[in-house]
Amino acid sequence: MLGGIDPFILIASLIAASVPILLAALGEAVVERAGVLNLGVEGMMIMGAVTGFMVSVATGSPLLGFLAAMAGAMALSLIFAFLTQVMLANQVASGLALTLFGLGFSSLLGQGYVGVKPPLTTAVPFGPLADLPVIGEILFSHDWITYLSLALVGLVWFVLNRTRTGLILRAVGENAEAAHGLGYKVRRIRLLAILFGAALAGLGGAYISLVRVPQWTDGITAGAGWIALAIVVFASWRPLRVLAGAWLFGGLTVLQLNLQAAGSGIPVEYLSMAPYLITIIVLVLISSGKGRALDAPAALGQNFHASR
Amino acid sequence: MLRLEKRPAPSRFWLWAAPIVAVLCTMVAGGLMFAALGKNPIEALRTIFWEPLFGELAWYFRGQLLLKAGPLVLIAIGLAMGYRAGIWNIGAEGQYIIGAVVGASVGLAFYPAEHWFIFPLAILAGALGGMTWGLIPAILRVKFRTNEILVSLMLVYVAQTILAMAALGFLRNPEGNNFPGSRNLSQYPATANPELISGTGLHWGVVTALIVVLLGWLILSRHRFGFEIRLAGQAPRAARFAGVNPDRMVLICLGLSGALAGLAGIFEVTGPSGIISPDFNVGYGFTAIIVAFLGRLHPVGILLAGLLMALTYIGGEYAATNLGLPSAAVQAFQGMLLFFLLALDVFGNYRLRFGSGRAV
Amino acid sequence: MSDLLRIEGLGKTYPGVVANADVSFAIRPGEIHALLGENGAGKSTLVKMIYGLVRPDTGRMTLHAQAYAPTEPRAARASGVAMVFQHFNLFEALTVAENVALGMENPPPMKTLSARIAQVSGDYGLPLDPARRVGDLSAGERQRVEIIRCLLQSPRLLIMDEPTSVLTPQEVAILFATLRKLAAEGVSILYISHKLEEIRSLCDGATILRRGRVVASCTPRDKTAGELAEMMVGSALSAPARQPGAKGDVALEVAGLSLASPIAFGTALKDIRFAVRKGEVLGIAGVAGNGQDELLLALSGELRTAPGMVRIGGKDAGALRPTQRRALGLVAAPEERLGHAAAPDMTLTENALLSGALRRGLLGRGGFLRWGQAKDFASEIIASFDVRTPGPGAAARSLSGGNLQKFVVGRELLQSPSVVVVNQPTWGVDASAAASIRQALLDRAAQGAAVVVISQDLDELLEISDSFAALNGGRLSAPRPAQGLTVEEIGLMMGGAHGMEVAHASA
Repeated sequence: MLGGIDPFILIASLIAASVPILLAALGEAVVERAGVLNLGVEGMMIMGAVTGFMVSVATGSPLLGFLAAMAGAMALSLIFAFLTQVMLANQVASGLALTLFGLGFSSLLGQGYVGVKPPLTTAVPFGPLADLPVIGEILFSHDWITYLSLALVGLVWFVLNRTRTGLILRAVGENAEAAHGLGYKVRRIRLLAILFGAALAGLGGAYISLVRVPQWTDGITAGAGWIALAIVVFASWRPLRVLAGAWLFGGLTVLQLNLQAAGSGIPVEYLSMAPYLITIIVLVLISSGKGRALDAPAALGQNFHASR
Repeated sequence: MLRLEKRPAPSRFWLWAAPIVAVLCTMVAGGLMFAALGKNPIEALRTIFWEPLFGELAWYFRGQLLLKAGPLVLIAIGLAMGYRAGIWNIGAEGQYIIGAVVGASVGLAFYPAEHWFIFPLAILAGALGGMTWGLIPAILRVKFRTNEILVSLMLVYVAQTILAMAALGFLRNPEGNNFPGSRNLSQYPATANPELISGTGLHWGVVTALIVVLLGWLILSRHRFGFEIRLAGQAPRAARFAGVNPDRMVLICLGLSGALAGLAGIFEVTGPSGIISPDFNVGYGFTAIIVAFLGRLHPVGILLAGLLMALTYIGGEYAATNLGLPSAAVQAFQGMLLFFLLALDVFGNYRLRFGSGRAV
Repeated sequence: MSDLLRIEGLGKTYPGVVANADVSFAIRPGEIHALLGENGAGKSTLVKMIYGLVRPDTGRMTLHAQAYAPTEPRAARASGVAMVFQHFNLFEALTVAENVALGMENPPPMKTLSARIAQVSGDYGLPLDPARRVGDLSAGERQRVEIIRCLLQSPRLLIMDEPTSVLTPQEVAILFATLRKLAAEGVSILYISHKLEEIRSLCDGATILRRGRVVASCTPRDKTAGELAEMMVGSALSAPARQPGAKGDVALEVAGLSLASPIAFGTALKDIRFAVRKGEVLGIAGVAGNGQDELLLALSGELRTAPGMVRIGGKDAGALRPTQRRALGLVAAPEERLGHAAAPDMTLTENALLSGALRRGLLGRGGFLRWGQAKDFASEIIASFDVRTPGPGAAARSLSGGNLQKFVVGRELLQSPSVVVVNQPTWGVDASAAASIRQALLDRAAQGAAVVVISQDLDELLEISDSFAALNGGRLSAPRPAQGLTVEEIGLMMGGAHGMEVAHASA
């Protein structure tokens, strides 16, 4: 059944395919570690996708596009931050609102861009390295965003586990009252975490519209933000496991596309619902496994208001 | 310096003032958005909110109002029950689709026979289909502690694929020249869900929605189950202390909201939409989330919110043809409404104070 | 000798509440100074102002003869003021060392810090493993984390807020030795408590607060506990009246109750057995976190057990849910008032319905609610238990702790129960409300109910119990008659010193 699919190309393309969900899930893991549940990942991704697309088409520069994508998603996340951190609104509802608004607003912005081709984001020139057999294909054939996303996994891991900043962030996500009692600025820390998460979600969204597809259509993220949210749970909020989760889902997507292209006997519909079904199955497997609520940050989803 | 201070008791005034102020704020912000799009904001707002009700074509639009509000209200009441209990079904769109597909399959299985029971049977099948789809995340949550938000949403994408399979495959109209889409259920008398009073938009789905509003209100305010729902949402531990079985609550709430979404789906496909096509669903399942919140998760509020949201749909379409306003603008407009509402909700439980109270 | 900290005319007003007014006192270096007052007397607000968590409206403070006005805890710590909170500011999922680091301005690298924690904990007789997760520690050990966090910053003033409520008597003795050693080293200690004997044995001076104002200051050793109590409460209190009556049949029997905890970092119950007769009050002591919450859940029916483990009136209730256990006559009042015993945002009428629906017949046909009767029931509770509130339409969260507790206890006792289980019935409640709650429990026992009181307040338990047992690590000691028990015996039942040792007197 796998005949006609080159496993090395498959690995190389799963690395590329997983970049958007990897970035978004990594950012959301940081946000949730700070105790904030932002269900607006899908909305922030698609805002990043559209602003990144518009700016890179206008300027011809993918770099400026990616920067704009981060800015666009961060701007949108400020609404969420204001609602949940200042107005103490329910985080689940605010996150949903962010996604609904993001989907509508992005298609409003992207109206004139359907069918336009964005400038090309090129692979990093590794010269002869890229021509190495097997390794060249897998390791040295990617664009710089891919390498950046991998570097960010390491960076987030390091900051969370080895620095004082990370310790404070985790403390805020564990027990906001106690952190406040020790004099930490809970709201400010959470705001910064939300912005960081938004920047990565925006970057991931732009990677879809500028590299993966590359073009603009309404609803282009097609649930990637929700899969990213599932990956965070899957990864027990740990960066390295986020990478594993993203590769697993990226791999499934690529495999599914390859199977379709290879003309396997399985109907297209079954294959295209596979990533979502597998997400559910994986959620079931990890949720039923351990006892203590999967090491979720203890204050996840709870708003903090400094009473007297 | 401004700061928030918790009220000793929730404010009844803000409970109902918040949605009204939110609508006003959204009109201002929406006007600015329309202006940014190069449209005359007053003209745009008038086209969306005034014309459908009182303009020249009001005779047509007024009927559309109930037609569009019906499914929104039906779905939103089911969602609201769950949201009040802290159970987050956001996959109503999927339950809506499955309800329509299952109901239509049952109805069309009899084609071209004529029996009185076909329509009720199809409706029942639609409700059961939606309920089954809603029970999947419920059972997974009860059995395996999976997150119902993610599962119910993933099932929307699965449902959309099933819808495509139905429209292109097992329900495709054999006499349809290979065009995607099923036979027209509203033109098959045994399954038709016609307008009951001409020009009003009133069909069986709308009637059901109105009955559900009444029942929902009765349950929430007068019945033990409604009390348990509110308790489970506000204070889960107190609910367990009172004897509420949380697992049962999850199953009932998700099953119920799935069934109501399924009903909305089958009423839509046997009536206004008529055929199962890959894009017959227009996002009612998602918009209903806004309707539920805007209506304060209260059945009567939801009825009003559903009508308002229907108005933005109709007005938005009208503005799209008349003023060239992009149709996505309405979606953004609806999202904005939810933002303002969530922000203003804070005043229900907190009040603003001036002056510095503490070092924060 | 000049004062370390001098407080002059400090005041703080919240809307509708004067938390503190015109509070003045001073602490000398090396002095252990008591801040004595009832719950709600304004002690917490006062120390929060000293620690920079709350800004005073009026008055001023001087530290080391310099103006002192901390705007945040960081500033207070920089000035040498440290605080051990009553509700620990700890992070369960983090390690001891990480928790300590979070309380310091410029913590050294983790390795150095761990070594210093080990050293200080040895010096002061507070053994602690820096690598352990705080969630796995006992309440006493958690307090050590807080204390060591303070000590590592070499404070000049150490504030301790109700530190002994989580300790066994033996642990209290060791803590006092540590505090005396610190005082001998020149550290001033501001010791907040409402426990009079402790203050008499430990403190050099005392400031007594009532309704936010200083009502007296004294040298506690020169006063009797009774005199201190009168200054604190403002009037003499009478002990509850007891009529020792005949005990009836066994109404509640627990046998071999073992249960995993549903709470993160909770304590599993291990082979618990006891029986309570009609008319008997069983007091269950124990330091917080030794299985009290779990025991209440297992008795109320929120946690179900294997058959035979819990019997109510002779009937096996192990598999029954809360409502079914109520039908058998068992009522319960959990420790946490807001959120567990009552729904904060709901009215008193709704909260009366919460647990009273079945036994008070508040449900009509088809499960419809009888709101009228529910409101009458709420009014009855308010009237018979002297709950201060505008009426049954008030939200539960608008009541003060004492009033809400009276409401919750009243709601359960007015259901003519045959078995009553309460956890921490007077925690955080002012003295007069506490006295009336204890009296109500005794009255109910006299009317023939079996009563189980779980509490950390030993004085309370000795006052009202017929028999006495203690929870330690999820195990229950064998119940013994309460009369004639000494504090030392009780302490040993509670687990003794849990491996602590007296601070080395090397200073």
